[in-house]
Amino acid sequence: MSESASKPPLLTVRQLDCERDERQLFSSLDLDIYPGDLLQLEGPNGAGKTSLLRVLAGLLPASSGEVFWQGEPVKQVSDDYYRSLVFIGHLAGIKPELTPLENLRWYAALEGFTQEEDLEKALVGVGLSGFEDQPCHQLSAGQKRRVALARLLFTQRPLWLLDEPFTALDKEGVAAMEALLVAHVADGGAIILTSHHALENLPGLKKLRLGKLAGDNHE
Amino acid sequence: MNKTAATFCRLKAKKSNLPSQGSVFLAALAREGRLQVRRRGDLLNPLVFFALVVVLFPLGISPTEEILAPVAPGVLWVAALLAVLMSLDALFRPDLMDGSLEQQQLSGYSLAALAMAKLAVHWLLTSLPLILLSPFLGIMLYLPWEAQGVLLLSLLLGSLALSLVGGIGAALTAGLGKSGVLMTLLVLPFYIPVLIFGTGAMQTAISGGNALPHLALLGALAALALTLAPWAIAAGLRITLSGE
Repeated sequence: MSESASKPPLLTVRQLDCERDERQLFSSLDLDIYPGDLLQLEGPNGAGKTSLLRVLAGLLPASSGEVFWQGEPVKQVSDDYYRSLVFIGHLAGIKPELTPLENLRWYAALEGFTQEEDLEKALVGVGLSGFEDQPCHQLSAGQKRRVALARLLFTQRPLWLLDEPFTALDKEGVAAMEALLVAHVADGGAIILTSHHALENLPGLKKLRLGKLAGDNHE
Repeated sequence: MNKTAATFCRLKAKKSNLPSQGSVFLAALAREGRLQVRRRGDLLNPLVFFALVVVLFPLGISPTEEILAPVAPGVLWVAALLAVLMSLDALFRPDLMDGSLEQQQLSGYSLAALAMAKLAVHWLLTSLPLILLSPFLGIMLYLPWEAQGVLLLSLLLGSLALSLVGGIGAALTAGLGKSGVLMTLLVLPFYIPVLIFGTGAMQTAISGGNALPHLALLGALAALALTLAPWAIAAGLRITLSGE
């Protein structure tokens, strides 16, 4: 990483509009995400938090506007961009037929990270020791969420887009997860997340409130 | 590290090189293999369907050679075609439902290659057993010996084309819930040439002619599907994902 004063933004968003089913979710959104940023998207249900994350991840086309990764339009550097990005959505991307270890092995293979004992360590780290070899459909919702989050313990990717990462986690899990978020931004990573949890005590937390601009459209 | 409580501690950063497209493809093959073997029921279904149609057919018509032998190529091919079509319907839907599909799209590796890994494993575990079973069912239908080799070869080439084209339909309809009918309507027109050349090859072989031209055409269809389908499947999956 370069010196902290003149770091270029990782992710730049310019004049982003998003419409779904003829409803304006947000318009003319400008955003700069620097290394070390922790941004929480806020807003009532239906304000477009998830849609914004999906647009940023390129899963949903924006009606207009552009997203830049390290100054380049995402469309032109999409492989680079995707290899720098972890997106964990509502759907955890966990295969119910596979064990936590097998699920994790795939995500590790995508990053060239193949040390088996490290994967086991990651599972222990999210509190799943003893569950390595049970098919995931036997796990509880919170445990499945932990399998998905275990990726975050070894990933080298700097940008995390997390949609409600605390869903189904217990109190202790939420606290540990918050610490992980703080550790990642301290390492020079960047996080954009949606959450209904109050994350007030996290250092450096920024907030973006959606649904204000188009407030009239919401009940 | 505390063994019992979740610490969510980051593992020591080890600088790992980004894997090549090839090694990711191999990892995808291994994962798909494991995944599809765990869903044994889904693998057996098309095979049982294929066998049942061919076994029940003589019971419904007549078990005599004069009646069965002329229709054997058609029955075998239609049953195999429908079995393949049936097995493909749910190819991508579970991946879409549990979020694995969006993770594949976001992996930074070719979605076409990942989808092909899935399709390759699927072909190996459903179509190949079906092809290997077909000679035995052929015997039950009084299929002449000289046509057995052509049956195997035509199904081998034909099932490649059927799987690949069916994959496009499965990709496009994955987001539509139980979409069996739509998928069938989409894909069936493309299945008809495969069926015509497949049964044509067998009929030519039975009547003592040279089946090679038919088989060559089947091979050409399979090659065409192999070059175009991966991109069409990836495009179909992207469309499906952006509609979620």
